[in-house]
Amino acid sequence: MADFTPHTPDNSHSLQSGHGPLFSIPARHHRLDFVPKIKVNGLSLFYGKAQALYDIGLEIPAKQVTAFIGPSGCGKSTLLRCMNRMNDLIDGVRITGQLLIDEQDINAPDLDVIELRKHVGMVFQKSNPFPKSIFENVAYGLRIAGGSSQTALTEIVERSLRRAALWDEVKDRLDSSALGLSGGQQQRLSIARAIAVDPEVILMDEPCSALDPIATAKIEELIAELKSSFTIVIVTHNMQQAARTSDRTAFFYLGRLIEYKETAELFTNPSVAQTEEYITGRFG
Amino acid sequence: MATHTDKAFEADLNEIRTKILTMGARIEGQISASMYAVTHRDSTLAEKVKDDDLEVNRLEVEIDELCRRTLALRHPAANDLRFITTALKIVTDLERMGDAAVNIAERAIDLNHSTPLQVANGLPRLATLAQDAVRTALNAFVTGNAVAAEEVLGHDEQIDALFVEIFNQMLAMMIENSDTIRRATSLLSVSKHLERIGDHAMNVAEMVIYMVRGTDIRHPRSRSLPRAPQKL
Repeated sequence: MADFTPHTPDNSHSLQSGHGPLFSIPARHHRLDFVPKIKVNGLSLFYGKAQALYDIGLEIPAKQVTAFIGPSGCGKSTLLRCMNRMNDLIDGVRITGQLLIDEQDINAPDLDVIELRKHVGMVFQKSNPFPKSIFENVAYGLRIAGGSSQTALTEIVERSLRRAALWDEVKDRLDSSALGLSGGQQQRLSIARAIAVDPEVILMDEPCSALDPIATAKIEELIAELKSSFTIVIVTHNMQQAARTSDRTAFFYLGRLIEYKETAELFTNPSVAQTEEYITGRFG
Repeated sequence: MATHTDKAFEADLNEIRTKILTMGARIEGQISASMYAVTHRDSTLAEKVKDDDLEVNRLEVEIDELCRRTLALRHPAANDLRFITTALKIVTDLERMGDAAVNIAERAIDLNHSTPLQVANGLPRLATLAQDAVRTALNAFVTGNAVAAEEVLGHDEQIDALFVEIFNQMLAMMIENSDTIRRATSLLSVSKHLERIGDHAMNVAEMVIYMVRGTDIRHPRSRSLPRAPQKL
């Protein structure tokens, strides 16, 4: 069990105002091999009567990259969206079981979902810059949250763009429209926007599927750098990308978790025949 | 296991498997012929063993190229990755077995220029053991049979023991009669090459066990040593 002590008022925030912290930001701690950040216990998900996830159980380590792979319709994106309750936006979705982040049940009825999403950011398949300047795109979340001075905003925007490996390419045109950036730059801008609010977890849903190989390589390099600060979960159809970028990989099929282990082991010596058939291209 | 959805990939893997089988069969023939050349004083056959090595070397290059192409184009994983990395390693062992057979053939030609020397009793038995080890290791590769590969590891101990026995016999012969030194040294060399063939067969068998089970059993004593610090 993760020990994120000491939790003090100085280094903790609450997802919910009121009666004590429901969701705490842990103090920075030394990297351990496997400190669980997210725990999924017996999670099932239904779209109306159709079941999309079956009794999923896995633990995702802090400050590592975890990849979800599997054929279309296997439930990997559905599970990813459970992690910041994006499925709430779909009518008729019902979830049973538990999904804990830092031991907090994120499906608890009194949890502040907006606050949760500040801590669990998301980068989508298609980059989605707002029709605003590059600066305003990154500052957007901070402005909504309020409380940041212009000086602080400027600092955070620069820091976020640097961390997203985009600063050098845009520093002279921060006031230009973000829509003028290339696809790869727009995706890194999305990442800068996600990390500007200093989340703990970043969910990435096929972040490179629309990018060329060079832009993909830049995003993958960025993922490797970001994992020292963030817990990253990435859904990808590109198995080589999962192999290159992740520390652990989970293989899903027809809504079930088939195998979950260290990436190097899964891609060289999977334990389950279904995993082996999928990653060696013997499916269907 | 089902076949690949991508039939061209399946065809590439089958081509690698077939070429390794062809190479293995040629090498078994080389070993057998080179020993026949020693025991039956057949220099013509020994020359043929040397000529056949050109074909074995060509197969090594072809298999290497096929493996590299498959790695680059198909990005194999799991059992396919283990198969191709095993193929890349065992062709080197197979090619060296071929070289050892050529060396035996050269010793045969040299010996045939001298009067016959009573061949050490153990030498034909050593040749049989080495050939059995090669055949068993190659069959294990083709059928993906790790249990059969384990049998080869047992062969190697017998081969090593028999080599020591022959070494002592040859040494005693040379001490007793210095006229035999040149011929006995050649026969010692033949037995050493057979012993090396057994070692290569064991390497193949170890890689087959890795290919089938995903467990690398090589150098168990070295594994317990602390790892050297990695450079940053």
